[in-house]
Amino acid sequence: MNLAIRDIRHHWGRFVLTCLGLSLLLGVVISMIGIYRGLVADALVLVRAPAVDLWVVEGGTKGPFAEASRIPRDTRNAVARIDGIASAGMVTYQSMQIETAKGVARVLVVGFEPGRPGGPAVLAAGRTLERSHFEMVADIKTGLELGQLIRLGNDDYRVVGLTRGQVDSGGNPLIYLSLQDAQALQFELEGAAARNQAARGERANTNQVNAVLATIHADADLDSVARSVSRWKHLSALTQADQEAMLLSAVVDKARKQIGMFTVTLLTVSTVIIALIVHTMTLDKAREIATLKLIGAPDRTILALIIQQALAMGVISFSLGATLITLAADRFPRRVIVEAPDIAMLAAAVGVVCVIASLAGVRHALSIDPAQALGG
Amino acid sequence: MSAPIVSLRGVSKHYGDGPTRVDAVRDLDLDIHAGTVAGLLGPSGSGKSTVLNLIGAIVDPSKGQISLDGEMVFDGGWLRPDLRRLRLEKIGFIFQFHNLIPFLNVAENIQVVLDLAGWPRPKAQRRVAELLDYLQVADRAHAMPAQLSGGQAQRVAIARALANNPRIILADEPTAALDSERAGRVMDLLRQVAVEQGAAVIVVTHDDKVMARFDVRHALADGRLVGA
Ligand SMILES: Nc1ncnc2c1ncn2[C@@H]1O[C@H](COP(=O)(O)OP(=O)(O)OP(=O)(O)O)[C@@H](O)[C@H]1O
Ligand SMILES: [Mg+2]
Repeated sequence: MNLAIRDIRHHWGRFVLTCLGLSLLLGVVISMIGIYRGLVADALVLVRAPAVDLWVVEGGTKGPFAEASRIPRDTRNAVARIDGIASAGMVTYQSMQIETAKGVARVLVVGFEPGRPGGPAVLAAGRTLERSHFEMVADIKTGLELGQLIRLGNDDYRVVGLTRGQVDSGGNPLIYLSLQDAQALQFELEGAAARNQAARGERANTNQVNAVLATIHADADLDSVARSVSRWKHLSALTQADQEAMLLSAVVDKARKQIGMFTVTLLTVSTVIIALIVHTMTLDKAREIATLKLIGAPDRTILALIIQQALAMGVISFSLGATLITLAADRFPRRVIVEAPDIAMLAAAVGVVCVIASLAGVRHALSIDPAQALGG
Repeated sequence: MSAPIVSLRGVSKHYGDGPTRVDAVRDLDLDIHAGTVAGLLGPSGSGKSTVLNLIGAIVDPSKGQISLDGEMVFDGGWLRPDLRRLRLEKIGFIFQFHNLIPFLNVAENIQVVLDLAGWPRPKAQRRVAELLDYLQVADRAHAMPAQLSGGQAQRVAIARALANNPRIILADEPTAALDSERAGRVMDLLRQVAVEQGAAVIVVTHDDKVMARFDVRHALADGRLVGA
């Protein structure tokens, strides 16, 4: 006969309420990990979206995301001629605000040459740019729809394709324009502030782009191609892996520490709360525990009663919390990725937490004198 | 007469020390035989409950010897490492307030003792049914303790005390919460158990309603036997 289950059934209303409360707390713990995974995934989207092998950027910089990078347009042709390069395309990146039906949204405009590396490798709907003017591929997160016309600067652009989950490391959705449109837009949008910049000679001009992206032939050696590019002193060549490592170290390390600390804090708080609940449940059962001892129940029976209840509480609350977060993941403003290995790891942590939290209750239960059952 | 089932020799119990010392039981010799219902009487504070708890291995004697069912269990110290096992094997307790486990139903309250004693499931279930019948609470088998009347609850508590066939039944004020008719029935039942199971039943009571129903009466005053 399982005493833990019988007791829970007797007080099921209280137990369910307790589990509901606890599930919210554990849900927050799960969402912390999910938010972290989301940050990592978002940070890598930008560098993975074009699916290229090599990023050619301004010499001595780690551009174009970690540092600013400006290189001349003719770099593309120079790179394309290098042995092993299959194709090369110029790209620009620029943050701006657009107005959608939902209001003003911040986006990252990616300018690329249709038919060359730099555009979205995977589309969720529609097609990529085919003409070099007034077409746009937008991420679904912008709220834009296929076929919609949207005004940017002085021109109307038609949404011809949609991507899903393409955001910059700040969580802002990407929109893709042709390189010419993107540069024209940049030029138009530079207001008074930019004219000042221009006076200092800093203005980006259409002779410059942020990077040249290249793919290599299947039989070419990535490192030697990169070395060939880097022989030009004014250029650096970064592989896809370099870019990912850089973005991760720039964006993710701090977030990892921040969220790691927060998760540990929350787990500690959960431990304290579960400990309090278990302790209270044990106090409430002092007389029953004394009676059990009196009629001959060994400590193991009493420990099982307490620890099983704590674990049941943990398992139910955690499952509830995990379900809740999984269902709500899409409603978070930034990406929340709930993955099975994380859930499994957290579940194990919660199991340990429950056992640790039971200790206070267990200590009390063991100290209960069977004679306590006798009092009126 | 057969050897006593409960035998105390020179048993003393004091609580505390120095100025707060209370001598609850002093140098007590007591024998209770199988098949008897013994009354433990005396004014409040005379040590009745303490004697019962000493026999039940719930409190530790300060000195003396206790033997239960032919086994010396205390001789200056407990001779068994596991007193709960000792209680499970030899002793059934009945309290003034029935002390049923509130989250177990009537049948489970009895079953739990048999589980602890390691009875196989089918045998235990037969025993539970038999006890519920015997104590006339079979129709309440699935009721929770809170749903029972005082008399029903006390009968279930008795069923639980009897479940593992203990040779010693200890009852502290078992009838105090019952009216005289129900108190009488409980006493009849205890007598029946004493006779049918060859058990020693020791009942602590103040209750005048049941005074006439004991085979032997031991009166305590200030921790000593004063003869009845
Ligand atoms: N745990 C304890 N600590 C200290 N003193 C105690 C304890 N239990 C009992 N006593 C004292 O021991 C003496 C005997 O107590 P006991 O409970 O055996 O009396 P009793 O005859 O059962 O009384 P009552 O009829 O009121 O139940 C009393 O003076 C009591 O105050
Ligand atoms: Mg008493």
